[in-house]
Amino acid sequence: MTEKEIKGLGEVSRSVRELIVEMMVEAGSGHLGGSLSIVEILVVLYHKFMRLREGEPDWPERDRFVLSKGHAGPALYAVLQTKGYLSRNDLMTLNKAETILPSHCDMTRTPGVDMFGGSLGMGLSAAVGMALAAGMDKKDIRVFFIIGDGESDEGQIWEAAMAASKYRLGNLVGFLDGNKMQIDGTVDKVMPLEPLKDKWLSFGWDVREIDGHNVEEISGALKRAIECGDKPSMIIAHTVKGKGLSFSENILTSHNMKLTPGHLAQALKELRASRK
Amino acid sequence: MNKLERLPEKEMRCVYAETLIELVEEGRDIVVVEADLARTNGTDLFARRFPERFIDLGVAEANMISVAAGMAAMGKIPFTSSFGSFAGRRVVDQLFMAVTYSHLKIKVIGSDPGVTGGINGASHQAFEDMALMRALPDMAVLDPGDAYELRQAVREAAAYPGAVYIRLLRKIHPAVFGPDYCLKIGKGSIIKDGHEATIIASGYMLRPALEAAATLEKQGVSVRVLNMPSVKPLDTQLVLSAARRTGAIVTAENHSVIGGLGAAVCELVAGEYPVPVRRVGMPDHCGEVGTADFLCRKFGLTAENIVRQVHIALEMKRD
Repeated sequence: MTEKEIKGLGEVSRSVRELIVEMMVEAGSGHLGGSLSIVEILVVLYHKFMRLREGEPDWPERDRFVLSKGHAGPALYAVLQTKGYLSRNDLMTLNKAETILPSHCDMTRTPGVDMFGGSLGMGLSAAVGMALAAGMDKKDIRVFFIIGDGESDEGQIWEAAMAASKYRLGNLVGFLDGNKMQIDGTVDKVMPLEPLKDKWLSFGWDVREIDGHNVEEISGALKRAIECGDKPSMIIAHTVKGKGLSFSENILTSHNMKLTPGHLAQALKELRASRK
Repeated sequence: MNKLERLPEKEMRCVYAETLIELVEEGRDIVVVEADLARTNGTDLFARRFPERFIDLGVAEANMISVAAGMAAMGKIPFTSSFGSFAGRRVVDQLFMAVTYSHLKIKVIGSDPGVTGGINGASHQAFEDMALMRALPDMAVLDPGDAYELRQAVREAAAYPGAVYIRLLRKIHPAVFGPDYCLKIGKGSIIKDGHEATIIASGYMLRPALEAAATLEKQGVSVRVLNMPSVKPLDTQLVLSAARRTGAIVTAENHSVIGGLGAAVCELVAGEYPVPVRRVGMPDHCGEVGTADFLCRKFGLTAENIVRQVHIALEMKRD
């Protein structure tokens, strides 16, 4: 990756963080922590890897993305705005009555959203189904996903993992957002997952581990994962819940918190300062 | 035509699979997604004919439903199945997210409904599946009673622009209908006319309903029998016209008296044209090991009980 490209993706990530905070301040609250931890991953996916068509969110041959940890919808919406599928006005309707942008992904309401989210543990299965269908039709369509570490407590995640391996779904590539926190406490305290890499390897997946906020590492891992054609790929991303802002980084309650105009002012200050 | 005439000689699970094969041969983009019950529910036949359209996920029903949802999102017409207990109560949230929340057009088969779960016992008997499915917005619910009705139900479901739950009787059952039978989602039919009371039945309880009507005729009571294979959407016009014309209704279903066909009729009639409605079905009670015949006798899913309920309804009508 060139310096220019790295810088560019960094800029988009900063904009996305601003948009997320703006949206949630307007709405009064939001799932801030888990939205901020996946910003770089989403930005690299949507701005570098996913084969999409401008202005055509329903283009049938597009690559698909499943946000299995559906409560991070706002992060996806912010990224969709940077791709032109949503407007800034749309973003300001987050969680308002009759909005097209509900907290948890709704594929019937939001242009650019490929699959439902909200009830944890199901998105990965849906991604498996999408990858299977694409393979049956011999279409060159990739299915990307993000699951949460807390979400990995759900048994259905492992049902999907087994199925993806059985069917050698090389077109299924995704991330585990390893921000190490869930609602009742840290992942280690509530339901320890280690050894996580070993688990995914033993389920027959191609597994990589990266710093989930480093666009170069994200990009490198995706490139190699895509090349791995006969196995599904899991990229375990070490991330920080609430990454990028002092009032949310590594703070448990950032999972879902109230946000005020004061937070927005603080966020803009910190994000602009980080630009140098 | 000869082939259709012999349909009732086959096991209904065979008819299910053969209908899916027929539909693929007609050009429908059907896929079958199973959770280790292909052999039980008949689709091993489909798997042999169209292996490239067949997915088996092992004993993982939740995965099965959400995988089917993903395939539907890509334009496939997925048919999934398990016993009604596991295609129903076990996966209600998965069904909610796929069907109600996302409007994905998956088709779900719940086999061995109610008493036909037989000696597998209560864990494998679904007496509440229609109640659960009815409560999910955008899920159609069908309860076919013979091979002809099943074949039509599967064909209609494949063409239907929405999700459908179909109860599957697996073995050989006597024919009630014929090769010309036509089923439409949202429609029932008058299979015997009469004017003093109406019996509304579906699926396994169709034949007891007809038996009961014959007995009542001999007793001098003229009874209309409605077949209601489409429990949701209910044929409201047909039910209300029966309420108006006959003034008394008895429902009969291989299902709990809570939440199924009887409940659907009560919900409609109470708000539009109140008449006495007596419900024949499984009382609020767990199933148990037993043959279908034993369970029917023990829990009152019989022609005899239908007759009794008609007399009670007639009494109430007179009061």
